[in-house]
Amino acid sequence: MINLETPKKFRPLIGQAHMVAQEVLRPISRKYDTGEHERPKELDFLAAVLDGMEDSGATSGAGAAGAGKGEDKPAANGTDPSATKNGSNLSTALSIMEMCWGDVGLLLAIPGQGLGNSAIAAVASPEQLKEFGGRWAAMAITEPEAGSDSAAIRTTARYDEATDEYVLDGEKIYVTAGERAELVVVWASLDRSVGRAAIKSFIVERTNPGMKLDRLEHKLGIRASDTAAFILQDCRVPASALLGSPEVDVKKGFGGVMQTFDNTRPLVAAMAVGCAKACLDFTRDALNEAGVTIDYDRPALAQSAAAAKFLAMEAEYDAARLLTMQAAWMADNRKPNSVQASIAKAKAGRTGTDVAFGCIELCGAAGVSETELLEKWARDVKILDIFEGTQQIQLLIIARQLLGLTSAQLK
Amino acid sequence: MTTVADRSMTLALRAIRQIAGSEVIDRVGLRGPAERALYAASKNGMSAAATAGRTFTVVTKRGAAERPRTANPTGLFDLTPDDDQQMIVEAMKEFAAAELRPVALAADTACAAPAELLASADELGLATLGVPEDLGGSASERSAVTGVLVAEALAHGDLGLAVAALSTSAVPTALGLWGDAGQQATYLPAFTGDEVAVSALAILEPQPLFDPFALRTTAKRAGEEFVLDGVKALVPRGTEAELFLVAADLAGRGPALFLVPTSGGGVTVAPEPGMGARAAATATVTFDGARVPASALLGEGAREVYAECVHRARLAWCAVAVGAAQAALDYLIPYVNERVAFGEPIAHRQAVAFSVSDIAIETAGMRLATWRAASLADAGKDFLREAAVARQLCATHGAQIGSSAVQLLGGHGYTKEYPVERWYRDLRTAGVFEGALLV
Repeated sequence: MINLETPKKFRPLIGQAHMVAQEVLRPISRKYDTGEHERPKELDFLAAVLDGMEDSGATSGAGAAGAGKGEDKPAANGTDPSATKNGSNLSTALSIMEMCWGDVGLLLAIPGQGLGNSAIAAVASPEQLKEFGGRWAAMAITEPEAGSDSAAIRTTARYDEATDEYVLDGEKIYVTAGERAELVVVWASLDRSVGRAAIKSFIVERTNPGMKLDRLEHKLGIRASDTAAFILQDCRVPASALLGSPEVDVKKGFGGVMQTFDNTRPLVAAMAVGCAKACLDFTRDALNEAGVTIDYDRPALAQSAAAAKFLAMEAEYDAARLLTMQAAWMADNRKPNSVQASIAKAKAGRTGTDVAFGCIELCGAAGVSETELLEKWARDVKILDIFEGTQQIQLLIIARQLLGLTSAQLK
Repeated sequence: MTTVADRSMTLALRAIRQIAGSEVIDRVGLRGPAERALYAASKNGMSAAATAGRTFTVVTKRGAAERPRTANPTGLFDLTPDDDQQMIVEAMKEFAAAELRPVALAADTACAAPAELLASADELGLATLGVPEDLGGSASERSAVTGVLVAEALAHGDLGLAVAALSTSAVPTALGLWGDAGQQATYLPAFTGDEVAVSALAILEPQPLFDPFALRTTAKRAGEEFVLDGVKALVPRGTEAELFLVAADLAGRGPALFLVPTSGGGVTVAPEPGMGARAAATATVTFDGARVPASALLGEGAREVYAECVHRARLAWCAVAVGAAQAALDYLIPYVNERVAFGEPIAHRQAVAFSVSDIAIETAGMRLATWRAASLADAGKDFLREAAVARQLCATHGAQIGSSAVQLLGGHGYTKEYPVERWYRDLRTAGVFEGALLV
């Protein structure tokens, strides 16, 4: 039965996430924006609180680790297996929205909430979950010569029969939380001649001597979150560190690693939605103070230009939010959601930036000045239209699937 | 026309599933589109007295009015239509593909829907989809979501014909929602009986920046009566209508809705073809001292009733816009894959493919926003903000989608050989409408 409201059972979790955003994240937003590369100590405490939130509810929490395979538990409303499920993908997306209403950079810096955790949650075996679950995992995909074109990555993984280990060699950049995480999920090719089918992901301990921190980036936004570059040189990991199947199946292609994106893209979309909401809430208050009222009954163009602009931005925000919820809901119900995940990411990514810039335009000096956080949100939000697949990559994915075209046909 | 016995069998929409995808569809499906005669459009543009409609004898009835039941939400986020909705939507999709799309261009040109098509819509019980069973309607459970899904499915066939088929349902829907027992007893039989009355919900006025909460049409008290004066624009099937539900400013109280049968006089109509929704035979309706009894005031003139009516109408327009936008997307996908330029399908170019992606993204957003507002309405919750959001999205992106669709077809898109120019006109039009439809 069609209902697009926030599920009642998630409201306590969302309420808590909102409180955390307001009471913990926002007060330290500016501090760690200014002090780039300082470790936000306050978040260690927060990680414990989030763990508590997750343990207290049947459903999982505020960070990326919650996204994963569809929920197997029977639906709460009875025994009907066809009944809709609202599981961890949706609850995670909704709580991420709240946390990013607080601060996107700090969310990414919360221990245990890395995108590597989503990859592990999505494809890890029970044994791997036991060994690596609950530990903070970053994700290393991008290389200096391979950004969006992740099939072109050059990092190699060679199997060493003598020791039953994989040996990783290559260079990784733009690893979110790479310095502070305990684990790094590294994408590498078992056989570069085969292309994307040979790309696998490996869980590497951050303390592995074969993985050296090269540098930390200085960035436009999300400065509370460290962005690392690594050199992998004779980096040895046990065979059990490979996520998914070790077989190189040319027919299945990217399958294993790409399916992670179907779960993580809605979460990045959720980050943009949360950030956009922060901008809109700030701007609504600013406009109210300036005597501009927003009327949902009267035609937008019969109101002030500022009100009309605000109404238009709010509508785009709603669309982004609902598309994000749809993609997460499909993941919870094990419906193939590649197109919807990319639709959510594309819509939320561009809407986030458009809304932030539109709000700055409406707020004027207060939008630009560092006395407020709006200018920071506008810098933070831009990354969300880039990482986990840029706007253009999402448009490509959507088009290829709708038009039934291969990557060779639609380049 | 079918017999009363036949009608009683097919009237209810529920019956669709009992007669395996509708007898009506099978019957009309046997005939080719070219064989269907169209109403000749009134081309003279002269004003004329409104159709001398039936006389409605006011029934005084005490007691509680029959209200449509509101659905009971489970509280879970869910995008799955229920079983009944799925069956109705499937039947409507078939009906739209088989009966609406093939005659859409002819109806658009003629500014009228084929009589047979409208008769089929009546037989399907579309007029009383928003009226509870107890009152002879076809809704086992009244639902704005169902209304939205039906409108979307029909508009996928053709927006103009969907408006023509659905516009007469607005008045009975309003009676079911807000009519008192007397109003329901007086007017509903005209929609549940053998000859379904043509009626229209008239809110839109011709002035620029039209605001449904600042009406120029007025209603003044004169003893036991109201006297209405003013002009309504683009009223679907206005020249045929026997009964109007008119938005007018009630002196001293603000906007309210009045039931105005044409039989009372003071109503003139003139065809007013527009850029889009032409098959709906839009007309200008002028009220010049039209007198109605005190019992004509719907919902006791409450501000909330009028506001809800405006919001529900906006949702209905969103739904037809979503249907037309989806139709454009579905049409473009094979077209750009088949159209070859510079040695390969144009779909292989990012400039083309990205435009298709954008249409898919915005159509999906329009749909979810519309569904959300409708589901809130069904839950009996306030949906003012959500209706505004849906309207903003559907007006902005709907128009853009129509434009992009023509652009992707280039010169082809500009000609009447392809349906795309019609979606361009219809989607632009849908964004400015107020009233006329109701879910």
